[in-house]
Amino acid sequence: MKKRLKNWGNYPEKACQVHSFDTIERLVSLCSAEDALIARGKGRCYGDSSLAEHVISTNKYNRITFFDVEQGVMECQAGVSLDDILRVAVPKGWFLPVTPGTKFVSLGGAVASDIHGKNHHKEGSFSSHTLSIKVLCGDGKIYECSREQHTDLFMATCGGMGLTGIIVSVKFKLKRISSAYIRQKQVKAANLDELLRLFETNKDYTYSVAWVDCLATGNSFGRGILMLGEHAERKELPMSMMEEPLKVHSDSKFNIPFNFPSFVLNKMSIKLFNILYYHKNLKPVQDSIVHYDGFFYPLDNIRNWNRMYGKKGFLQYQFVLPLDQIANLKDIMKKISEKKMGSFLSVLKVFGPQDDLISFPQEGYTLALDFPVRSNILNFLDELDEIVEKSGGRLYLTKDARMNKIFFQNSYPRLSEFKQIINKYNPHFNFRSAQSERLSIIE
Amino acid sequence: MKTVLLLGATSDIGQALAEKYAKEGYGLLLAGRNLTHLEDISADLNIRYNVAVRCYFFEALDYGSHSSFYEELPGTPDVTICIFGYLGEQERAETEWQECERIMDVNYKAAVSILNIVANSYQKAGSGTIIGISSVAGDRGRQSNYFYGSAKAGFTAYLSGLRNRLFKSQVHVLTVKPGFVNTKMTEGMPLPAPLTAEPQKVASAIYSAARKKKNVLYVLGVWRLIMTVIVLIPEFVFKRLKL
Ligand SMILES: Cc1cc2nc3c(=O)[nH]c(=O)nc-3n(C[C@H](O)[C@H](O)[C@H](O)COP(=O)(O)OP(=O)(O)OC[C@H]3O[C@@H](n4cnc5c(N)ncnc54)[C@H](O)[C@@H]3O)c2cc1C
Ligand SMILES: NC(=O)c1ccc[n+]([C@@H]2O[C@H](COP(=O)([O-])OP(=O)(O)OC[C@H]3O[C@@H](n4cnc5c(N)ncnc54)[C@H](OP(=O)(O)O)[C@@H]3O)[C@@H](O)[C@H]2O)c1
Repeated sequence: MKKRLKNWGNYPEKACQVHSFDTIERLVSLCSAEDALIARGKGRCYGDSSLAEHVISTNKYNRITFFDVEQGVMECQAGVSLDDILRVAVPKGWFLPVTPGTKFVSLGGAVASDIHGKNHHKEGSFSSHTLSIKVLCGDGKIYECSREQHTDLFMATCGGMGLTGIIVSVKFKLKRISSAYIRQKQVKAANLDELLRLFETNKDYTYSVAWVDCLATGNSFGRGILMLGEHAERKELPMSMMEEPLKVHSDSKFNIPFNFPSFVLNKMSIKLFNILYYHKNLKPVQDSIVHYDGFFYPLDNIRNWNRMYGKKGFLQYQFVLPLDQIANLKDIMKKISEKKMGSFLSVLKVFGPQDDLISFPQEGYTLALDFPVRSNILNFLDELDEIVEKSGGRLYLTKDARMNKIFFQNSYPRLSEFKQIINKYNPHFNFRSAQSERLSIIE
Repeated sequence: MKTVLLLGATSDIGQALAEKYAKEGYGLLLAGRNLTHLEDISADLNIRYNVAVRCYFFEALDYGSHSSFYEELPGTPDVTICIFGYLGEQERAETEWQECERIMDVNYKAAVSILNIVANSYQKAGSGTIIGISSVAGDRGRQSNYFYGSAKAGFTAYLSGLRNRLFKSQVHVLTVKPGFVNTKMTEGMPLPAPLTAEPQKVASAIYSAARKKKNVLYVLGVWRLIMTVIVLIPEFVFKRLKL
């Protein structure tokens, strides 16, 4: 029985046969019986990365099999969610080494996208904290790979979007914390230049990210709020938080039960939201102690918030440009504000150096914006691609649903090495997603 | 610490039950025929809920092994839940005796074999709860799954007799008829969403029904209604239906 599946952007949709497994035996037999399959975790990528004729859902393969509470080392099956890991790790004084803006992703998905967090400039992406990975490859065998053994497989699996095979389990290192709280500082920036300067002067903070108003023009062009954070020490906590310093997050409180009609999100409402968001901070600098849940996952409190964008869905455009490409960064943002193609939340961050095979992060500025699916959006994004390409930047595959293959090939310089490794471990190309076909990664 | 014995602990309903009882602070005795799988479940529940978990090899069809299996357990479990089952393929079973026999053996004979042993031990102890996962399919035989249905009907009747016998020994017996459940047994089947329960829902319904000493549990109430209607249809009409 085929099911119509979509990922977080609700675009595109594909009819897929979904299979699940909770033992290796079952997984091996599934993978040998079918062709054109791809692993899928929580479907939090935005486009078609985890869609294929046959989808292997890891949701039932979700056991935490090892946790060394002294050393902070954990090994989990790929379907375990970061949400579950936090529930187990935080009370013991451990935290995720790297976390995305939602905790509802699977560990397998975190590795396959080689996710980055607000600490990328200091602590790298998820692969920097990954000790070893077990992958079921095209020959039906499970390989354990790390930076020491089967290094090629390790490099191609981190950020490899499931194309080397099915990640079955991951061993990784957690990060010590003494409280579940974050000492947060928010700094307002009147325009983009000031914002970029603030990133530079605050680069010693472990966590940093900025929200940018992409619709503001003139002197306020690129204004925003820089959000900085450090894990709070126990002694910094106010009395009310001292009672349970390692308190775990609670379940989400709100749900958006249906798709909003498309008129809800229009130029006016987006502009208004951005104005309100900017002015909600009255003081130029605001310090506070907040729970990790609010700091890292502000949107997780509203389940299914993606439905705000309506039935047709939305596209997230996340690119990275090298540090010396500020002029082009401005150019892209100008185009967006001119076209009033705005986005609710545009998120800007500075990446630290990273030179991996196929992972997205590279040193530079990364900006992520959401665009509702409308008739002219695809052409518009093609125009932005041109600027990204000529700046030596690229797009994040896990957010992509539409880029063309030439742009992709030109923007990932180590693509041919990646393809060679896929040839080795997935020689019959059984593992292939709609995205990998669109981008001719698998031909 | 109270303990629960789960027979067929690797089933989806079994895994959900293990989690539910772990959350409630029970020690777990997990029995099944795939030890590596059981050990993964065991490690996980121990890490998440800090409960004691032990794993045992249990092959339902190896009747001869049942009493030694039970004797090796550390003490008498407070609750025993018989979860294993085999849906099989109806059409194949119509022509292949092996398949047909397997359906009857797993769903009826094996369950009876192990529960006889548990029942005797509970009767002697004068306490305990036995829970059997039967099926609404046993309420009336239908052409689409009457081998499975008749074996479950046998199991339902067995459980009802056992309840009757053990009542005076303060041993409680709960019969569970889950209705459709979203598990690997039904994966890929087009199940109607309003009639289908998630295993977690089945597990918490079982837990609270056992505490309240209910006799027969329909997990989703509408199933009691549906099956009442199905059972009431006169046979001369019923035999013409495509069910
Ligand atoms: C609100 C929101 C905020 C986000 N913020 C960030 C962020 O800050 N930083 C960031 O880096 N990302 C971010 N993301 C993206 C998200 O972290 C990635 O898309 C992640 O891969 C999703 O994991 P998943 O389990 O949902 O995987 P899916 O969406 O199901 O799959 C994503 C990719 O991983 C592959 N995959 C999944 N499981 C396996 C497996 N077991 N073996 C092999 N391949 C597998 C799939 O084939 C696919 O290519 C965000 C997403 C959302 C919705
Ligand atoms: N799913 C439904 O809609 C539904 C509805 C009504 C009743 N039920 C009943 O619920 C119970 C649990 O089923 P489920 O839905 O959770 O499906 P499931 O995951 O497929 O479970 C079936 C279990 O039975 C075990 N088993 C089969 N033969 C065995 C044997 N010879 N020895 C030991 N174990 C054996 C299997 O062990 P392995 O893991 O080793 O394969 C498996 O764990 C069954 O009794 C089923 O009949 C299910």
